[in-house]
Amino acid sequence: MKALILLSSLGVIALLAEIFSFKKLMYPIVLLGLIGTFILNLSDWDTNQTYYNMMRYDNYAVAFSSVIIGIAFLWFLMSESFFKAADSMSDHYALILFALVGAVIMVSFVNMTMLFLGIEILSISMYVLAGSNKHDISSNESAFKYLIMGSFATGFLLFGVALIYGATGSFDLSEIKIFILSHQGNVAPIFYAGVLLMLVGMAFKVSAAPFHFWAPDVYQGAPTVITAFMATIVKTAAFAAFLRLFSNAFSNVSDSYAGIIAVMAAITLLVGNISAVLQTSTKRMLAYSSIAHAGYMLLALVAANSYSNSAILFYTAAYSIGSIGTFCILNLVANAKGNDTVEAFNGLGKTNPLLAFVMTLALLSLAGIPPTAGFFAKYYIFTAAFYSGYTGLVIIAVIASLIGVYYYFRLIIAMYFKDSTDEVPVDQNNHQLLLILVAVAIIALGLFPDFIIRLL
Amino acid sequence: MITVLLIFFPLLAALLLLLVNSERAKNIALLAAIVEFGISVFAITQFQHTANVQFEANIPWISSLGINFHVGMDGISLLLVLLTTFLVPIIILTSFNTEHKNPTSFYTLILAMQMALIGVFVSLDGFLFYVFWELALIPIYFICLMWGGENRAKITFKFFVYTLAGSLLMLLGLIFLYQHTAGPHTFDIDELYLAGKSLNASEQGFVFLAMFMAFAIKMPIFPFHTWQPDTYTTAPTQGTMLLSGIMLKMGTYGLIRWLLPVVPLGLQQWGHLAILLSVIGIVYASCIAIVQKDFKRLIAYSSIAHVGLISAGILAANVQGVQGAMIQMLSHGVNVVGLFFIVDIIQQRTQTREIAALGGIRNVNPQFAVLFLIVLLGSVALPLTNGFIGEFLLLNGVYQYSAGFAAFAGLSVILGAVYMLRSYQSIMLGETNAITTGFAPLSGSEKAVLVILCAAIIAFGVYPKPLLDIAEPSVIKLVEGVQTALGK
Repeated sequence: MKALILLSSLGVIALLAEIFSFKKLMYPIVLLGLIGTFILNLSDWDTNQTYYNMMRYDNYAVAFSSVIIGIAFLWFLMSESFFKAADSMSDHYALILFALVGAVIMVSFVNMTMLFLGIEILSISMYVLAGSNKHDISSNESAFKYLIMGSFATGFLLFGVALIYGATGSFDLSEIKIFILSHQGNVAPIFYAGVLLMLVGMAFKVSAAPFHFWAPDVYQGAPTVITAFMATIVKTAAFAAFLRLFSNAFSNVSDSYAGIIAVMAAITLLVGNISAVLQTSTKRMLAYSSIAHAGYMLLALVAANSYSNSAILFYTAAYSIGSIGTFCILNLVANAKGNDTVEAFNGLGKTNPLLAFVMTLALLSLAGIPPTAGFFAKYYIFTAAFYSGYTGLVIIAVIASLIGVYYYFRLIIAMYFKDSTDEVPVDQNNHQLLLILVAVAIIALGLFPDFIIRLL
Repeated sequence: MITVLLIFFPLLAALLLLLVNSERAKNIALLAAIVEFGISVFAITQFQHTANVQFEANIPWISSLGINFHVGMDGISLLLVLLTTFLVPIIILTSFNTEHKNPTSFYTLILAMQMALIGVFVSLDGFLFYVFWELALIPIYFICLMWGGENRAKITFKFFVYTLAGSLLMLLGLIFLYQHTAGPHTFDIDELYLAGKSLNASEQGFVFLAMFMAFAIKMPIFPFHTWQPDTYTTAPTQGTMLLSGIMLKMGTYGLIRWLLPVVPLGLQQWGHLAILLSVIGIVYASCIAIVQKDFKRLIAYSSIAHVGLISAGILAANVQGVQGAMIQMLSHGVNVVGLFFIVDIIQQRTQTREIAALGGIRNVNPQFAVLFLIVLLGSVALPLTNGFIGEFLLLNGVYQYSAGFAAFAGLSVILGAVYMLRSYQSIMLGETNAITTGFAPLSGSEKAVLVILCAAIIAFGVYPKPLLDIAEPSVIKLVEGVQTALGK
């Protein structure tokens, strides 16, 4: 809770920055503030505080908040220029910080109204940020699409909440669970309709097929740093909320939806990976890859066993770190070369060895090759799904990972095998720290995953 | 402790090499590889000739999942570690006459590869084994991608995806076994053995197929070999040597350590088919080798034939077969590295590998002709060379399993002699032509490599006992275990 208060205050301070003209100081203030938030957040470990039956800071919430705040820190390291370039930068700071507030609420709710509030706080900020490149038509398109489609999804979610409230008389997760237990066999059918509607709403937020159609356009149109934010922090928060909702409130009716999620996972894996192969724009490819990764995480969701929580925690952390690395490098390369095709990466191994090395590491991690974090994340998810008997699904996931290797390696081959037309190195100053942090984190998580998976 | 040192010394050396980034990268790498060889020789002197796992280290790693950094060596592992540490300095030495661009990265990758290979051979934990298994793929991929020949991007990628597909199947098999371990799940090898044996026949069959695919692709066995000739041909010479000399043995070692003892009933069900494929591969690859025009490609195919026999011997699951396989793994490693180096020498001097274009090199450079001949005789398994004992034991092992298979597998000896001797005749004998007439004498490092290899070929052919003795107790124990499980 202290973390949430500090985070909100940072957002308010950002708004004041314009009035009292200390805009230039905002960047260090935010970085320090995030470090403070991270520490305050950790101080809630094992306290299990509940606030008015609305939010509970159990270890699940603290762990996912830490991932979100940690990734946000890395994200700020990559996005300094985004804030510098904007003419309304304090608004951007405020929007991002409020989005983080929404994300933290999404991982700590115990009441469906808080879930809804969290999602909305996050989403509304993201709608605006997706269009933050005001004069770029595709950024406008992106924001507009995201708003329209996102509103639809929110509508579904709200419908679901209403129906479930109608059936059980409560918004509270544990009360809903108790209600189901005490009325086994004669829960009103509208309850199941409600669960299904919420499932659709959440599937939209995590961009799982067949509710993923917004993602590629939105990801491609939005400024790259905002895309990175959506692909990492938003996705982490959405998955944590998805899992928290379904494993706490609906776990006793899992038979009614497990099959649906399993099918969704299979479709997401195949659609995401196969579509990614066909892209020429790297950014769009990463958008599809992000859809594909949602598919892997759905495996843990459908497995719904004692591994699920830590599997998703580890996966989101590993995936987010890899994605921050790739998006950061993509942003640098695209700015330098003026386009984001695979060819833009040609010869990067020669001109920028550090960039190419970190990119390779991040891509290997996304592809799931040992000894990177991504490998253990995948392994752990597979184990979780195997454990619950979804062997077929795991085999599909294995095939999907093989397809994944194809498009990730296209970039590696471009960087090391092809020669660039111009030998101009990409400007990588200011990002060395981030790149090294990402590289160390990928290896460290891959070699020593134990300390994270023990948490939950 | 010494096992841990063997794994991490090359890695440290590789990191050091990156830091120093000097012009003398190759010398530093060679020195490191020789020190590593020294460590392994020291291990041999300390080794007790029993079937027990020695030099063990067991450090908790991901303890919440029962994954440990558990390494150790029995005779089987030790011989393969010895092969690796013996070949890597030689492979580095073979590159002394080639100016690779970006040498620091090149030698760093070779040393990193060595670390992963040794890790594979000493792992006693399923998860650790898998990690090293995959880890070995990354350096060799970049070696082939960055220093390979024509069309390398496509070919190395095919290689990568092929082997990765196999490994992922193996991972599924390992996870399946892991979930059948008793009590708190663990990846410890002994527990996995027990878990494998506790499965019913059809489950064992599935695990067998999943894991066999990984090993079959790595070796490779017909019909999973299609990546191999292209990859071997395009890879830089040192890459080809690493692939054929050592990496291939990951597959055969996998059969011995991670397949036969794990799912004996699976072997009973599918072993026949697996041997059949191996034997088909022997004949098929030999026939294709005969019609090859490119000498490097010819050796690539001959390697498929040799490894087919090794795999058939292992899958026959008797002492002669497995012991023969151990010997042949060592011999094949030495011989194939020698052959690929000879290709490299010829190519550097004549700019061609086409057998028909060459001729009469013996007239120009008789010294080279003799060394080539010795390597070649080892490869065609002439008595008193290293190839002979291995091949003899292997055929003996396969014969005990089935006389028919042995007859077919025996063809490999004849066909092998045909294509090897024919190409020798065409390359070395006959009239010296315009291409070969200026065939320069061997340089110091070239001579050193070939002499060391030839000495190994002859020494091992004449007196193989010391090396045989190292593996024998472990092999007997392993085969007995499998036979008991099969109720023989």
